[in-house]
Amino acid sequence: MACYTANWNPLGSVFYRKFDLYSMDWNLKEDLRDCLIAPGPYGGPIALLKNYSAKGKSSGLRPVLEIYTASGLPLSSIPWKSGQVVQLGWTVTEDLLCIQEDGSVLIYDLFCGFKRHFSMGNEVFQHHVVEARVFHTEYGTGVAILTKASRFTLTTNIDDLKLRRMPDIPGPPSCWAVLFQDRATMILFAFGKDLYLLDHTSCSLMVPPGMNPLAGSYLAMSISFNHKLLALFTEPGYIWMGSSSLKEKFDDHNSSIQLSPKQMVWCTRPRSKQHAVVLMWDRLLMLVGNSTESIQFVLDEESYLIPELDGVRIFSRSTHEFLHEITGATEEIFKIASMAPGALLLEAQKEYEKASQKADEYLREIKDKGLLSEAVTQCIEAAGYEQEPEMQKSLLRAASFGKCFIDKFSPDGFVKMCSELRVLNAIRDYQIGIPLSYTQFRQLTIEVLLDRLVLRRLYSLAIKICDYLRLSEFQGVSRILAHWACYKVQQKDKSDEEIAKAINQKLGDTPGISYSEIAARAHACGRMELAIKLLEYEPRFGEQVPLLLKMKRSKLALSKAIESGDTDLVYTVVTYLKNELNRAEFFMTLQNQPVALSLYRQFCKHQELETLKDLYNQDDDHQELGNFYMRSSYTSEKRIEGRVSALQSAVDEYSKAKNEFACKATEDQIKLLRMQHRLEDELDKSYLDMSLHDTVYNLVMDGMFSKAEQFYKEFKIPDKRYWWLKISALAEREDWEEMEKFSKSKKSPIGYLPFVEMCMKQHNRYEAKKYVARVAPEQRVRSYILVGDLDQAAEAAIEHKNENEMILVQSKCTPTTDSVILEKINRAKTQILKK
Amino acid sequence: MAAHLSYGRVNLNVLREAMRKELREFLDKCAGTKAIVWDEYLTGPFGLIAQYSLLKEHEVEKMFTLKAGRLPAADVKNVIFFVRPRLELMDIIAENVLSEDRVRCPRDLHILFVPRRSLLCEQRLKDQGVLGSFIYREEYGLDLIPFDGDLLSMESETSFKECCLENDQTSLYHAAKGLMTLQALYGTIPQIIGKGECARHVANMMMRMKREFTGCQNAILPVFDTLLLLDRNVDLLSPLATQLTYEGLIDEIYGIQNTHVKLPPEKFAPKKQGEGGKELPTEPKKLQLNSAEELYAEIRDKNFNAVGPVLSKKAKVISAAFEERHHAKTVGEIKQFVSQLPHMQAARTSLANHTSIAELIKLITTSEAFRDNLTVEQEFMPGIDTDKVNSYIEDCIAQKDPLIKILRLVCLQSVCNSGLKQKVLDYYKREILQTYGYEYLLTLNNLEKAGLLKHQGNSRNNYPTIRKTLRLWVDEVNEQNPNDISYVYSGYAPLSVRLAQLLARPGWRSIEEVLKLLPGPHFEERQPLPVKQPLPVGLLKKRQQGENKVTLVFFLGGVTYAEIAALRFLSQMEDGGTEYIIATTKLINGTSWIKSLMDKPEAPPF
Repeated sequence: MACYTANWNPLGSVFYRKFDLYSMDWNLKEDLRDCLIAPGPYGGPIALLKNYSAKGKSSGLRPVLEIYTASGLPLSSIPWKSGQVVQLGWTVTEDLLCIQEDGSVLIYDLFCGFKRHFSMGNEVFQHHVVEARVFHTEYGTGVAILTKASRFTLTTNIDDLKLRRMPDIPGPPSCWAVLFQDRATMILFAFGKDLYLLDHTSCSLMVPPGMNPLAGSYLAMSISFNHKLLALFTEPGYIWMGSSSLKEKFDDHNSSIQLSPKQMVWCTRPRSKQHAVVLMWDRLLMLVGNSTESIQFVLDEESYLIPELDGVRIFSRSTHEFLHEITGATEEIFKIASMAPGALLLEAQKEYEKASQKADEYLREIKDKGLLSEAVTQCIEAAGYEQEPEMQKSLLRAASFGKCFIDKFSPDGFVKMCSELRVLNAIRDYQIGIPLSYTQFRQLTIEVLLDRLVLRRLYSLAIKICDYLRLSEFQGVSRILAHWACYKVQQKDKSDEEIAKAINQKLGDTPGISYSEIAARAHACGRMELAIKLLEYEPRFGEQVPLLLKMKRSKLALSKAIESGDTDLVYTVVTYLKNELNRAEFFMTLQNQPVALSLYRQFCKHQELETLKDLYNQDDDHQELGNFYMRSSYTSEKRIEGRVSALQSAVDEYSKAKNEFACKATEDQIKLLRMQHRLEDELDKSYLDMSLHDTVYNLVMDGMFSKAEQFYKEFKIPDKRYWWLKISALAEREDWEEMEKFSKSKKSPIGYLPFVEMCMKQHNRYEAKKYVARVAPEQRVRSYILVGDLDQAAEAAIEHKNENEMILVQSKCTPTTDSVILEKINRAKTQILKK
Repeated sequence: MAAHLSYGRVNLNVLREAMRKELREFLDKCAGTKAIVWDEYLTGPFGLIAQYSLLKEHEVEKMFTLKAGRLPAADVKNVIFFVRPRLELMDIIAENVLSEDRVRCPRDLHILFVPRRSLLCEQRLKDQGVLGSFIYREEYGLDLIPFDGDLLSMESETSFKECCLENDQTSLYHAAKGLMTLQALYGTIPQIIGKGECARHVANMMMRMKREFTGCQNAILPVFDTLLLLDRNVDLLSPLATQLTYEGLIDEIYGIQNTHVKLPPEKFAPKKQGEGGKELPTEPKKLQLNSAEELYAEIRDKNFNAVGPVLSKKAKVISAAFEERHHAKTVGEIKQFVSQLPHMQAARTSLANHTSIAELIKLITTSEAFRDNLTVEQEFMPGIDTDKVNSYIEDCIAQKDPLIKILRLVCLQSVCNSGLKQKVLDYYKREILQTYGYEYLLTLNNLEKAGLLKHQGNSRNNYPTIRKTLRLWVDEVNEQNPNDISYVYSGYAPLSVRLAQLLARPGWRSIEEVLKLLPGPHFEERQPLPVKQPLPVGLLKKRQQGENKVTLVFFLGGVTYAEIAALRFLSQMEDGGTEYIIATTKLINGTSWIKSLMDKPEAPPF
């Protein structure tokens, strides 16, 4: 193991190491210094623009845009025909931004496919771009521009373009950087010996704490990956390191190189207490940090630095390396003569393989201190930081070995590390060329990694990873297949039929597939028929319908919405159609869709009454029209003439509908309204809106007997009801005289029991008794009971020899006071029984 | 809190918990203190899912009722509108939002649509210029609400009216969605059987939604064996007849709303003497009625005539139990007695309450009006004199009894005669219009459209055939110890339940002819279980011998408590072989049902 730490370089209290990721295979003829270079973070692709400078043009060489994987495999290239490019940069979704001198920004995908462009504004256009930076924040990808007029313009999110022109600055800055703090984007720049912070409103002078007063002018600055750290390089080769808020200084260092470095980037890792900066000059790479010493590497050729979350990648024409700080776990295990539990466990496992008893000794030593689970965790963690599968395996083997001696050690962490390392090793492969470290992978998440594989059209690998990690179909496979399909619909050389079929065959009913998304893509490519074919496969109507509307297939949308049963969706289409079509066409369309029509009627009933009428008219639905007028006579007409004329319209419609009854009833209603109106005039009392019954009742109550009679005749009120009505009104009026007169006017069609009942309702027993004698025999017992004459009731019941009646009377008797009656009934009952 | 939901064969608490979880997740999404603005109609149903305590745990500090004008002041971070997706409500919300003081007290606004988000409503909010003010616009799929251990309802008041009169099948869409949720929790129901147009529509939608939901299906051993979808208009008769079970009568007389009933307070005055017993409470007494109460669970489905004996028996048991204390001698015995005390006291309170309710009901059932009305119903249902004008109805109209009572009787007569002769029908209609007002022409029109009132025309009267084949009328009814479902109406066996009964045994094939006489198609669908993920072996074990099948009966358009009682009776039959869970769009009785169909034009309030 002696060689393991050979490439470890101490700096202060920690170690740094640099190792090869790939040997670059890109056969680059040009020198890197002649190219515009943009490497993507998180092991992203490298974009090169060759012969970009105006100087190149004179030599007759056309500029070429080339994109490579991090391992140097060509992905795509195009001859560059647009304007002068100042800066290249990658977005978080791995699109390439080409910022041109005139401030227009062109967006390309990984395969040099042009996506769109946008402009950084008129001012930039006029003054031209001097320098530009592409930066990433939690809002997305942003662009900052410095113009020749020394003004900054920036946008925080290119997908939601809002240009911001920053306040004026004293003059052209010597160096600058974009800073993101407290959800605000700012610019830090140096002008001579002064440092300024520029935000939306102001430009303020800053003094870094603990700055060497002899430092001189600022030549370079660097903000860390997470925007938390700031490094400044000044004229005499002095380096200041501190927090980006400029509130704290960590270290400083004097490199005594007075030349401005070609690149200066932070080399640190999350949660590390160490702060180190990598500086690069022509032949020298220097790492400075918390020490007066520095680590220096000689560079054989032109190189380029890529800051990462946990280190720095360095690539040149022939190699691609990674420089990073050794983590705690790795250091503990591998440091020479380390007695850390992890180190012992690794040793124990090796001895065990050699079948040596030393394995037991080592193991005991760890176990005695109770550090075994720490040892296992350490080995698992350290495995994650190893690049070489062999080393990963030996650490994991040690962890697995140690695990056996612990009760209830949760295997989750171990299993997870094994499977994730397997994925990482697969994507680090030279053919794929994504040199993602474990720390970066955890930050990026598996979902984003899958997206990136999909962007590189590595569908099969992505699906294998999903299967291997057992991601739910929804999260994994479905998304990948959908992406594949979106790519497929852009293949212009195949017929709609062929593509739709191919897509459906592969995707089938895979859960979570959104056919509508694929269709939307097809639509965006101008393939209408294909989009419609694809939509046929979409099971979710809620997705299908809006897209059909967007594609102006409104009639198809309508029938789909109806098929779904989702009435809200139907309403949506109907509202859309209403705005889209002229009225006649709109009505015609509805005509063919009864469900939509009745829903629209419902809508009109509450929102647009007049339209409702038109709809009925168009259908010749006279019954509903009649109802419509009838309703409006009550709800919208106030004046009597209006009401009558509405009702008259209703009569006409009902008669067209051949509804004789409704016709007659409405005519009667008109008649009633008119008569009530007349009564109101005559009697100065309110009668309107009373029912016929109530009108007559009120007339009787007011003693207008002849008027009441008139209504009775006019409306042919049945005798029975009229009698009921009249006697109850008379009783309420306590007009006993009139009641008696009425009872004698002719033979009552309802008998005389109601008279008794009505009198008793007003508690007039005296009057009630007058009618008892006239009650038909079969109701007489009931009438005696009503007036409270139980004795007579009993007599009558006995006379009828009716047992039920006797029981009824009995039930009304109280044993204490009515004993005589009870006895009488009992006697009669036994007599009946005897017979 | 809701333990009674889990006592049944199907643990409906699972559904309730799922709903609660969804609600909690939504509330937590809106971080910080909150005020809820309620669409008033929703408060009742929500009460069955989550009490105020749950809301409070999630920082709901204030609750308001949605009304026009300005929102009440409340120092909260979030204001959430809980509303049904209705345009008129959107207008009110827009008014609320526009009058918010966004500068002085900025509050985050959210909207929760129950049960479904609506593009139409969002468009309306957009037109009013307030759509952008809402941070979250989400939906809360509260379709089927657990009312009891075997009962689910959507509490959608207007469902029957919308389907029958307006051809608006929104509620059926919600029903289908609710059934999908149910299947997600309780497994795919292998067999779907239905009768009626709406049933067909719901089944079709379920089949289609299955495609949408692929991937979300869980591999659960199905809890339900069969889903029976029944249209209300297959059986228009049952809701019209007066329910004669205890629960049915409480509903007929006082109306049960979301398992709560409000009763006149006099009977519930504290009986203690000397403590100012003269003062009678004026607030109505509010009681919750569900199977959590042991006594109620026992008597709710009995014929009212059988309730008295049970109550007096219970009274004896309880007083005997209290007497025990005199026999308790040792400390151990006393301790045991004391430990039972809370349970006994609860039982005593429960008994006192139900004795009072029974007394209140008895006052009504023994009244002449009730008896006369029932006599007429019981003549119509066996088909006696249904083809001529009934003099009792005539007299009732002449005395201007409540219109709904008249309409129930006339409709009952029409249904029991497969429609009335033109002369009879016109006579009734004319009488009603003259007595109650011509504006009821629209109501009568609605009833005709719904098939409740019908002109017989030249078609035959099918009712006798249906009645005889399905044994809808049973002369010998045992109210105390029933042996047939007809006890719930003291003679009439609800048609809907009879269909369910015959489906279980011997199957609908035996009544093919009668089914054809009833409106709408009948059908059967089979749903294959999701094959992609085979069931875990442990779950696949065969049903134990003798274990009953479970059928979910879904009444589209409403169900009465008497019908529920009849289904429960079937579940409990020893050799029944089937247990029933009941779902419906709304719990109804004849009165509320007819009311929902009435159309009385009134001048607009503004």
